[in-house]
Amino acid sequence: MDTAKAPPPTSDASAALPPWQDPAAEPLIRLENVTKRFGDFTAIADLSLDIHEGEFFALLGPSGCGKTTLMRMIAGFEAPSAGRILLGGEDLVPVPPNRRPVNMMFQSYALFPHLTVADNIAFGLKRAGLPRGEIAERVAEMLRLVQLENFAHRRPHEISGGQRQRVALARALARRPRILLLDEPLAALDRKLRAATQFELVDIQERLGTTFIIVTHDQEEAMTMASRIAVMDHGRLVQVGTPEEIYEQPNSRYVADFIGEVNLVEGVVTAAENGRLVIDWAEDAAPIVTRSDVAAPVGTRVTFAIRPEKITVGAEAPEGAANAWQGRIEDIGYLGNLSTYHIVGPAGRRFKVQSPNRRRVARREFSWEDRVWFAFDETAGLVLTE
Amino acid sequence: MSDDDKAGSGFAGRLRRALLIAVPYLWLGLFFLAPFVIVLKISLSDSVLAIPPYTPTFDPSRGWEGIAAMFRAFDFENYVWLSEDDLYWQAYLSSLRIAALSTLLTLLAGYPIAYAMSRAPERWRPILLMLVILPFWTSFLIRVYAWMGILGQNGYLNQFLIWLGLIDTPLVILGTPVAVYIGIVYAYLPFMVLPIFSSLDRLDRSLIEAALDLGCSRLQAFWLVTWPLSRPGIIAGCLLVFIPAVGEFVIPSLLGGSRTLMIGKVLWDEFFANRDWPLASAVAVVLLLILVLPILLFQRHAERQQRRAEE
Repeated sequence: MDTAKAPPPTSDASAALPPWQDPAAEPLIRLENVTKRFGDFTAIADLSLDIHEGEFFALLGPSGCGKTTLMRMIAGFEAPSAGRILLGGEDLVPVPPNRRPVNMMFQSYALFPHLTVADNIAFGLKRAGLPRGEIAERVAEMLRLVQLENFAHRRPHEISGGQRQRVALARALARRPRILLLDEPLAALDRKLRAATQFELVDIQERLGTTFIIVTHDQEEAMTMASRIAVMDHGRLVQVGTPEEIYEQPNSRYVADFIGEVNLVEGVVTAAENGRLVIDWAEDAAPIVTRSDVAAPVGTRVTFAIRPEKITVGAEAPEGAANAWQGRIEDIGYLGNLSTYHIVGPAGRRFKVQSPNRRRVARREFSWEDRVWFAFDETAGLVLTE
Repeated sequence: MSDDDKAGSGFAGRLRRALLIAVPYLWLGLFFLAPFVIVLKISLSDSVLAIPPYTPTFDPSRGWEGIAAMFRAFDFENYVWLSEDDLYWQAYLSSLRIAALSTLLTLLAGYPIAYAMSRAPERWRPILLMLVILPFWTSFLIRVYAWMGILGQNGYLNQFLIWLGLIDTPLVILGTPVAVYIGIVYAYLPFMVLPIFSSLDRLDRSLIEAALDLGCSRLQAFWLVTWPLSRPGIIAGCLLVFIPAVGEFVIPSLLGGSRTLMIGKVLWDEFFANRDWPLASAVAVVLLLILVLPILLFQRHAERQQRRAEE
């Protein structure tokens, strides 16, 4: 998961801050209290968001969360019911889609079946009224960028799905938009190709410096590619942050649960001092001790979130671990490089624990029904009050 | 060797394939080729006052000798006659002209209807389709008669226009080519609407959005994307209207009056008024050639373009 992130190019050498942390930075696109209603249904509810020049920004959420509607409003296919969309400080709402410096790569690719690959790419350039020579040059440049030089004269139905995806990308980039919108760009590709294409997209984005806004329901895709992610639910932004922030410091159960796997344990705070919380979560079991900045006075109901890979499994209680319990292995999910252990802990509470398979499977340390210790330290987990 | 090859290599496989292919060929042979051969044969015969009204007839009792005698009696007299009399050429030309113009008019009327239908909300579409097909549920003849009632001197149209105050004296529409155009456009409109609708209905909406996104105005998006992609439907619709319109008989004879010259009417007159079956058959054979040749040429052209696109 920890792979090529696109660090946004900083125009100013002295500005070490990423633009979204710099209060003086002007956003490229600003959504101000945008609401979109379809009849009685509210697709987007009073949403505000800044996206900066050169970002690779991901809108992440389950289907129906409003992320596609948001993208279509930026493209100009939907008008907001209320609120403003500003591009470089100017209101974008009255501008029709054909006059916006924004291009979109459609989920279905929407390649024109009656035109060749080259003509598809040239389509937007011809509308822009560029001279012939420049169009030819730009098309050749785009074909090189997506490595389709040999397919210029094929029609969309004569090339593979992966190639079609690249034609769609080239066509959308040919007009050199200020913002490229990508609607589930990898959804139609198979797993292997998807992984390769993720890196390619990041690479192209870094080379061109164009602002990319991608819509996806695939958290891994967002984590891999984006410089920042906005997690959406029911037309609202739940959290906006870098992939690390979203993964390590989710601000709610919803985000913690949506991004990756997580154990969520509900409990009551029984002691709170010096940034350390003690959470009672099961009778007759040692409480969870964790460090937290969350202001949770004694008696507060909280959710403790811990990722499966941050828990260790052992035959003996590890020395000095702040949190350790005994449990029984109920199930083992073998993933090749990793195994996921489902451990029944105190009060019948199930924990998912993930650990790398350092040995061949035949010499595995633990098996079904084994009694094991599982443990994590004070800083491994996170306290959520929402 | 794949399973497919195995299935086709044995005798049983070949037989099965031959049988499968034979069905459509048999159908074409029985219901198109055989009647055509009969018409062709009659067109090469001579007219007589008898039943059937032509000679020679095939006499199976004389065996091979009978067939040979029949072939010896064939001549191209009727075709020569056709080419010498201006009437026929004028009828053919006039039919082609009327059919071509009414096909164009049908397209102009049908395309917007098909377009509107394909853009209508999904739940409306079956109802709209039904409405297009609905006229077929009444007799064609009755519908043409209804138009006589509408277009006549005292018809509803003239009454309506006079009531509106647009005209003082009734217009003469019935019995003119205008009535024929109205009749053909009305009668063949569904044949134009349905294929165009089906090609527009299949059109991915995001293609239009992509065109807008890439800088097209709505009109440009229509001309550069919607129109070329609906071309198969347009061509199918035009052929479906043009071909029967060329040979149309009922509409010109009921609505067009004596001044409208169409080959369908000529054919009818030759068959039933003159009882000259051989000449009428010759008229029919020439009509078929006139219609088939351009279609074949068009198809050849389309295939060649397809192949060029694939290379």
